[in-house]
Amino acid sequence: MDNFQMIVLLLDATMRTSTPLILAALAGMFSERAGTINLALEGMMLGGAFSAACVAYYTNSHWLGLGAAVLTTMGLSLLHGFACITHKGNQVVSGMAINILMSGLTALVGIALFAQGGKTPALDHSARFQPITLPGADAVANVPILGSLYSELISGHNILVYVAFLAVPASWWVLYRTRFGLRLRAVGENPGAVDTAGISVVGMRYKSVLCSGFLVGISGAYLSTAQGASFLSDMTAGKGYIALAAMVFGKWRPFPAMFACILFGFLDAAATRLQGVILPGIGEVPVQLVQALPYILTVILLAGFIGRAVAPKSLGRPYVKER
Amino acid sequence: MSDTIHTAHGTGATGTVPPAIELRGIDKRFGAVHANNSIDLKVEKGTIHGIVGENGAGKSTLMSILYGFYQADSGTIHVDGKLCNINGSEDAIAVGIGMVHQHFMLVEPFSVLENVILGVEGGAVLREGVDKAREELRRLEREYSLDIDPDAIVGELSVGLQQRVEILKALYRGAEILILDEPTGVLTPQEADHLFRILGTLKQQGKTVVLITHKLREIMAATDNVSVMRQGEMVAHRHTAQTSPEELSELMVGRKVLLRLEKGVANPHSTVLQVDNLCVDTSTGVRKVKNASFTVRAGEIVGIAGVSGNGQSELLEALGGIRAVSEGQVILNGQDVTPGRGVGPAELRQRGVAHVPEDRHRMAMVTNFSAEEAAILGYQDDKAYQNGLLLDWGKVADATRHMMEEFDVRPADPHLKAANFSGGNQQKLILAREMMRDPDLLLVGQPTRGVDIGAIEFIHKRIVAMRDAGKAVLLVSVELDEIMSLSDRILVMCDGFIVGEVNAADANERVLGLMMAGVDPKQAEAEVGK
Amino acid sequence: MSDSIQLPRWIDVGVLPLMNLVLAFLISGLVVMAIGENPTEVVRIMLYGAFGYEEAVGYTLYYTTNFIFTGLAFAVAFHAGLFNIGVEGQAYVGGLGVTLAALYLNWLPFPVMLVVAILAAALFGAAWAYIPAYLQARRGSHVVITTIMFNFIASSLMVYLLVNVLRPQGSMTPESAAIDENLTLPYIHNMAAWFGIDMASSPLNLSFVYALVCCVLVWLFIWHTRWGYAIRTVGANAAAATFAGIEPGRYIIMAMMISGALSGFMALNEVMGVQHRLLIDFTAGYGFVGIAVALMGRNHPFGIFLSALLFGMLYQGGAELSFEIPTITNDMVVVIQGLVILCTGALEHMFRPRVTKIYTAWRLRQKTQEAA
Repeated sequence: MDNFQMIVLLLDATMRTSTPLILAALAGMFSERAGTINLALEGMMLGGAFSAACVAYYTNSHWLGLGAAVLTTMGLSLLHGFACITHKGNQVVSGMAINILMSGLTALVGIALFAQGGKTPALDHSARFQPITLPGADAVANVPILGSLYSELISGHNILVYVAFLAVPASWWVLYRTRFGLRLRAVGENPGAVDTAGISVVGMRYKSVLCSGFLVGISGAYLSTAQGASFLSDMTAGKGYIALAAMVFGKWRPFPAMFACILFGFLDAAATRLQGVILPGIGEVPVQLVQALPYILTVILLAGFIGRAVAPKSLGRPYVKER
Repeated sequence: MSDTIHTAHGTGATGTVPPAIELRGIDKRFGAVHANNSIDLKVEKGTIHGIVGENGAGKSTLMSILYGFYQADSGTIHVDGKLCNINGSEDAIAVGIGMVHQHFMLVEPFSVLENVILGVEGGAVLREGVDKAREELRRLEREYSLDIDPDAIVGELSVGLQQRVEILKALYRGAEILILDEPTGVLTPQEADHLFRILGTLKQQGKTVVLITHKLREIMAATDNVSVMRQGEMVAHRHTAQTSPEELSELMVGRKVLLRLEKGVANPHSTVLQVDNLCVDTSTGVRKVKNASFTVRAGEIVGIAGVSGNGQSELLEALGGIRAVSEGQVILNGQDVTPGRGVGPAELRQRGVAHVPEDRHRMAMVTNFSAEEAAILGYQDDKAYQNGLLLDWGKVADATRHMMEEFDVRPADPHLKAANFSGGNQQKLILAREMMRDPDLLLVGQPTRGVDIGAIEFIHKRIVAMRDAGKAVLLVSVELDEIMSLSDRILVMCDGFIVGEVNAADANERVLGLMMAGVDPKQAEAEVGK
Repeated sequence: MSDSIQLPRWIDVGVLPLMNLVLAFLISGLVVMAIGENPTEVVRIMLYGAFGYEEAVGYTLYYTTNFIFTGLAFAVAFHAGLFNIGVEGQAYVGGLGVTLAALYLNWLPFPVMLVVAILAAALFGAAWAYIPAYLQARRGSHVVITTIMFNFIASSLMVYLLVNVLRPQGSMTPESAAIDENLTLPYIHNMAAWFGIDMASSPLNLSFVYALVCCVLVWLFIWHTRWGYAIRTVGANAAAATFAGIEPGRYIIMAMMISGALSGFMALNEVMGVQHRLLIDFTAGYGFVGIAVALMGRNHPFGIFLSALLFGMLYQGGAELSFEIPTITNDMVVVIQGLVILCTGALEHMFRPRVTKIYTAWRLRQKTQEAA
């Protein structure tokens, strides 16, 4: 039973670590399926986390914090769109600029506001998203295996965790079952087809980056007001890039991307627990290898050694009418 | 030539019916290029109307204006007699115009159905519209015998089927007027036949079809009326029944006012280039050159005539080492140098092949390089330009100045950006770069495209001088006059085949015109002889 | 179409980039005001901090050294049409090369060690760039994503090596043993002292001179060798490159490896010149600054030198700033850096249509006046 408990705990931690990845990976997917590279996930997530923590601290409301995060990231999305869609600027450069800008700005404003070295003050209970006990969780807690799985693993997370996991089928539905999704995917593959069908390419791309901003805002708020209790400078620590990797790994599709996020989240959760553990036959596992595994796997995938990740065809190309 | 505009009536249409499309004074410029110069056009309802012209004559621009992809600088569009303001594709769709673009506007990973409903989904949630669309699709498909599986993934369909998806898209949007831009360029003959059967059915159903092409055979076979464009202008309108391929090819190629080129008799000797059974495919597997065999001897100019898009470009690129050869052999000075089998452009250059490609901007130069940088493209590794490990820009500048002097390039400033030279001067610099290498074989494509009259004469003289210096010259041009005045022997290409060879001295423009349309040389001569 | 009109060079490489830069600084000024400080005061302190006294100048040039290397690294790849986001990781791995050479070949005399260290930095940096380069050239994997991934992989690899391999026994901090004092790069103030010149001590060391040499070498390579010519052709027009017998993949790999080597040189300054040991995260984001430096410097070594100097000034001035005004930290410099990349990089075309319009109108008026 000890082993079982350990696995449940590990999976429980995986749910928590993969949540921001899932939201950000979906965010990246919305933008990139419409043809705009979104390298700015990292910076947007950071900006969202900071706004959420600040507003939640001042208003004592995690919901207002969430709203602020989403507004911030959607604003940053518009900036990204302004550079990449309106001015046809380089999407990679724009993304990097936003990342660097937000890394500096959040720390700078944080120090100016709170003078705590870039941290925001710890949030009260009420200013954070709290775990939710799902109905019946306590009652079945003692049922072996299934009961404890339900009460320990499924139940007891904050609402944003559930939002993230529900966002996956929702995104799938939007992308594959609605008019908006059809046009969005078409714009990423062949904007000319969309233009000749009488739909605005620029409009569609702006909408897609706004969707992207919306989702990544939630992931930012999750970091500082749900998983953590304050903003720390550079608290995303590469999560935006991992999410990007997961999105590529999931071949720009919602469910595969989610599984990649869970895998990467699991590696993250396992890494901290594997510190100093000696596995029989292998010896001590270098934690760093586990941490680097998401990136290594993504490179191997991109190299085409395990299946081919085919990016949307017009990804990275501003739309210019042919002459 | 006569520029009378016939007011044609299509089959089944009566005089009182207004034309399906009427364009009046359409004008469009792209920077310095006058793509459409005051174009008038009438297309009668229920007819198939052909528009012919060379590449760059302005056909596609005109149709893009009609479809709202570009806006005209001036002029009006009337559909069914009513003045229309077409500011975007949605406006064109609304007045019943559908277009099948040369490069298909399809989303490859999507199914046929998804492609068809894109933009007219019939509701925010797809399912609402999809079932209705599927039914409608089935009806259209049956009515026009299009024979397409609505759930097939478009990217996996053959090009011919993809084109039918484009037609389906237009019909689904309720198009009464269908524009097809170079529809057969990518089709096999069988697919093209099927397409024309479909167009025939459309006409029977009362739809109007505008067919843009440069293939005269298609015009003759499929259209009721035909309009000819040349260099941005509409030069003639004809009833198809009352014109001939020769007349059309003459009209579309045009006759530039050229000074007669003084050139002596050729004195060909040893064979420099021998091409055996050469086949060249595009990256998508379409065979563009089919079993071409010919030779070029030292001291002669062999011209390849043909309407553009019939395989000449691919042939030239393959001989230049840029395109891999699929089958056959290329022998240069007795040695096998078949490109793609370990032989590339660099080695061919070393073996004495100079290449002036057809498309200056895409391939022959880098526009934001300076003239001197452009002047060594392809010869950057030449020892004469090096000083130890470094490029000796002093020597390069001297060489460039020498080229500019020899070929009268103006302004003679090696440091000026290549983009700042006129087309003629850019071309002269490129010719200088390739010709002054003293090559054994000169491959030259469209040497005077986009070049002013003065430079044309100069360029022609230099090409003849190459011949007189005992070089082998292979010339590809879509300007028939150029081919006729420069070449010693003329090969005519049509649909990837070399249709025949004509001695330039006894070449007859009309015979060549027929051959360019695919007619066998003997038959062509017989026909002209009548 | 506005792009058919050619702007003169002085507008293209002078006025337009300057307008973008001014915009970046204006926004930075707004940020300063927003957090309740006086922008002119900030500028004054920064200028004083960067150039006000001898030691400050030394620090400014020490930062400049890093930025020259990373800026050049980004620029070389850029000339081949590639975005090397992996400069940071390549510099990090380059540091490993320098450290290994200095620790394990410590019996070498200094002049030999200098050459060996340069080679080691280049070799390790280039090796780290090789895999993404190969994948881009031969398998079409997008170099932007793979180099980002390689930054993280480098980071994990180095932590592992520092914790488990390079850490001297008994030490608790994850850093390598110190490099033998005889093998470190001499400080400029010490070198000046040899000639009897008295200079305030600063971390500025011999690698600054090498950075300047690299500027010249890169300039020579890109514009004065056939390989540089080939790289520029590949970056500008791949079809023309193929026509000219230049195989694009080969030059993509070459450009990336040179880029990686230049990245590695940053470690000469940090590891061999200043820290004298390999530290965790010694690259401190300098690799990313290289993007801003190169974009602002228009990927030309001289421009890179100037913008590296500007960023050196910003970094050193920013350090001074955090002493003087506690609410403004070095993060202000990061903000400016982000804004510079945004304005001179992503929004580089923003002013072009308007400037083109004004310029055309101005030319037209001039012509009519001439005619009159």
